Amino acid sequence: MNNKEYLIVVKDLTKVYKTGDVEVYALRGISLNITKGEFVAISGASGSGKSTFMNILGCLDTPTAGSYLIEDKDVSGRNKNELAELRNSKIGFVFQSFNLLPRTTALENVELPMLYNNNVNSKMRNEKALNALTSVGLADRLWSMPNQLSGGQQQRVAIARALVNDPLIIMADEPTGNLDSHTSYEIMEIFQKMNDNGITIVMVTHEKDIAQFAKSNIVFKDGKIISNEIVDIRKNASVELKILTSLSENISTI
Amino acid sequence: MRILNLIRVACRSLNRNKLRTVLTMLGIIIGVGSVIAMLAIGQGSNQNIKASVASLGTNAIMIVPGTTTQGGVRQGAATTQTIRLDDAETIKNRCDMVNYVSPVVQRRAQVISGSQNWSSFILGVKDDYLKIRSLSAAKGSTFTAFDDRTAAKVCLIGVTVVYNLFGSEDANPVGQMIRVNSIPLKIVGVLNKMGQNTFGQDQDDIIIAPFATVQKRLMSSTQYVNSIIASAKSEDQISDAVDEITNILRQNHKLAASDDNDFTVRTQSDLSNIFGSVSKVLTILLASIASISLLVGGIGIMNIMLVSVTERTREIGVRMAIGAKGRDVLIQFMIEAIVISFAGGMIGIAVGIFVSEIIAKFAGWPIVISLFSILLSFIFSTAIGLFFGWYPARKAASLNPIEALRYE
Repeated sequence: MNNKEYLIVVKDLTKVYKTGDVEVYALRGISLNITKGEFVAISGASGSGKSTFMNILGCLDTPTAGSYLIEDKDVSGRNKNELAELRNSKIGFVFQSFNLLPRTTALENVELPMLYNNNVNSKMRNEKALNALTSVGLADRLWSMPNQLSGGQQQRVAIARALVNDPLIIMADEPTGNLDSHTSYEIMEIFQKMNDNGITIVMVTHEKDIAQFAKSNIVFKDGKIISNEIVDIRKNASVELKILTSLSENISTI
Repeated sequence: MRILNLIRVACRSLNRNKLRTVLTMLGIIIGVGSVIAMLAIGQGSNQNIKASVASLGTNAIMIVPGTTTQGGVRQGAATTQTIRLDDAETIKNRCDMVNYVSPVVQRRAQVISGSQNWSSFILGVKDDYLKIRSLSAAKGSTFTAFDDRTAAKVCLIGVTVVYNLFGSEDANPVGQMIRVNSIPLKIVGVLNKMGQNTFGQDQDDIIIAPFATVQKRLMSSTQYVNSIIASAKSEDQISDAVDEITNILRQNHKLAASDDNDFTVRTQSDLSNIFGSVSKVLTILLASIASISLLVGGIGIMNIMLVSVTERTREIGVRMAIGAKGRDVLIQFMIEAIVISFAGGMIGIAVGIFVSEIIAKFAGWPIVISLFSILLSFIFSTAIGLFFGWYPARKAASLNPIEALRYE
C-alpha cells in the first residue's frame, strides 16, 4: 500500500501556446501517475511535448488546463512565488549543461538552493552542502571552480545541488547528454543509488541505453503519451561500469 | 535571515567580477569626490569672502551717494555727488550711536619719487578712518588730527607703492618725499601689508593722506566727498545707527517725506551678504556641475547592471529554478547596485577630501569640508544606486525561468 502511494497525479494536462492567432498544442491531455520511489525515463522526438511536460512537472510552468497534484495537493493554479517555494523544497533540477554558477566554488554552488530556504541556518547550510558533495564523491573538490572540474564532476556538483534541500523529486533533463558513456554510467549509478534511497526521479533522455537504467519508460509524440511500459531487463549501473572498465584501478569510488 | 543570504549572494557576485565592480564604482567615486571637492572650494571661498569683508571692520557703515532724479530722469547709483563734507560733520556731532566718522575723498594720482613714478590711489581721510579700518603703520607712524587741521603735506603709503617707487618692499622710505600730482608729500609711515582683498584688489597699492591735504591741495577744495565711513559703537547698534544716519542725512539734504534717499547706507553685513550670495551661487553652480558627473556615474551603474542582467540570464534562470522568487532576484540586484554606489560613495568621500586638501595645499585656495556636503553626497549616491539599480533589477526579476535557462 505504502509502495503504491502516488506522489504525482497528472490528469488531462493541456498546454497551449498562443503565437498571434495560431494556437499551438504542446500537450494534448496528458494523464499520468507517478508513485513514490519511481524512476521514469521520458523520451520522444523534439517537439513531442516532453520538455513542456517536464517544465510543468518541475513547477517552472503552469498548464493551460488539467490538474497536477503533488502529494495530493493541486499545484496547477499556484502563483509564481508559491511555485518557487515548491521548487525550492520539493524538487531538484539536473540539467544537460550542468548550469553551475561560473567562478563559484563547488561548495558555494551546492549551498545555493539553501540560500533561498528560510529553514536552513548558516551552520546547517555548510554541513548539508558538505554531506551532499560527499555523497556524490566530491569531498576533495569542495573549493574547485566549475572550470577546474571535468564534465562528470560538474554534473555531480549539480546533482549534489539538486539533493541538498532533500527534495521529493529530481527532474533531470538529459543529464548525460554532454557526457561520454563511462561518465554517463557513473551518473546513472548515482541516480540509481538516490532512487534506492527513496527519491523519485523523472528523467528525459534520448539515449536508449540510458533509459534502460530507469524503472519505466514513457514515450511522447505530438503532445501525447504513446507508450508507458515497465523496463523488463533493468540495467544496474554498477555492474555495467564494471563491465565497461576492464582495469580495476578505474573502478569508481562512488 | 533571507535578506542576509541575499546580501551574501550579492556580495559574492560582485566579488566574482572585481574589475567590473571597481570600474562601475569609479563613476560614483569620481562623482562623489568632485561634489565634495567642489563644495569644499565653494564653501571655503564663501567663508574667505565673509572673513575679508569682516576685516574691513565689522561695525563699519558706508555712506555712498545714491541715485538722484533730474527732471524726472533717474540717474544710476553713485553717479552724482550728493554727499558733502558737512554731512560727515553732522553725523559726528549728532549721532549718538556712532563713535568714529570720516569723510573719504579718493582719486587716481601719478606718484613720483626720484626717477621712479607709479600710478596709484590717493585717499584723503580723517584719522578716524584708520581706527575704523584698524590700520596701523608698520614703519614710522600714522598722521594725526593736527595734520588734518593744518592740511599737512604728509602721507602713509602701502607696500606696493614702496615696492614700485623704492625698488623693494623692505625699503624704508619714512621721511622721504614723494610728489603726488606735483604736490610734495612727506612719507610718515608705511602701512601694514594687507594683501589682496577677496575681489582681487591690491589693498597695498594705496596712499593715505589727511583729508584736508587731499581735499585742499589735490581736489581744489571740493565740498563733495566720495563717501563717508562711520562705525557704530557696538555691533548690536549697527542697524539703529543706520536709521539714525539716514534720518540726519535726509534732514541735511532737505528731502521731502515723499523723496527717495539720494544716498545709500551700507553696512558690512550687507556687503558680506551680497558677496556671500554671489559665492553661494558659485557653490551651487560648481556642485551642480559636479553632480552631473554623479548622475553619469549612476547611469554607468544602470548600464553595467543591464549588461550584467543579460550576461547572467542563465544564472538568474538557475537561481529561479532552484527556488529564488522574483523578489529575491530583484533584491539581489538592488543590493548589488546599492553596494556599488554605497562603497563608491565612501571611497568618493575619501577621494574628495584628499583632492580638496591637495587643492588647498598647492593652489592655496581656502577649503571647508562640511559634514553637510559629506552627508549630501553620501545620501545622493546611495539614492542613485537605488534609482538606477531598480530598472535592471526589475528586468532580472521579471525573467521567465524557462527562457532564462535556455538563454545562450
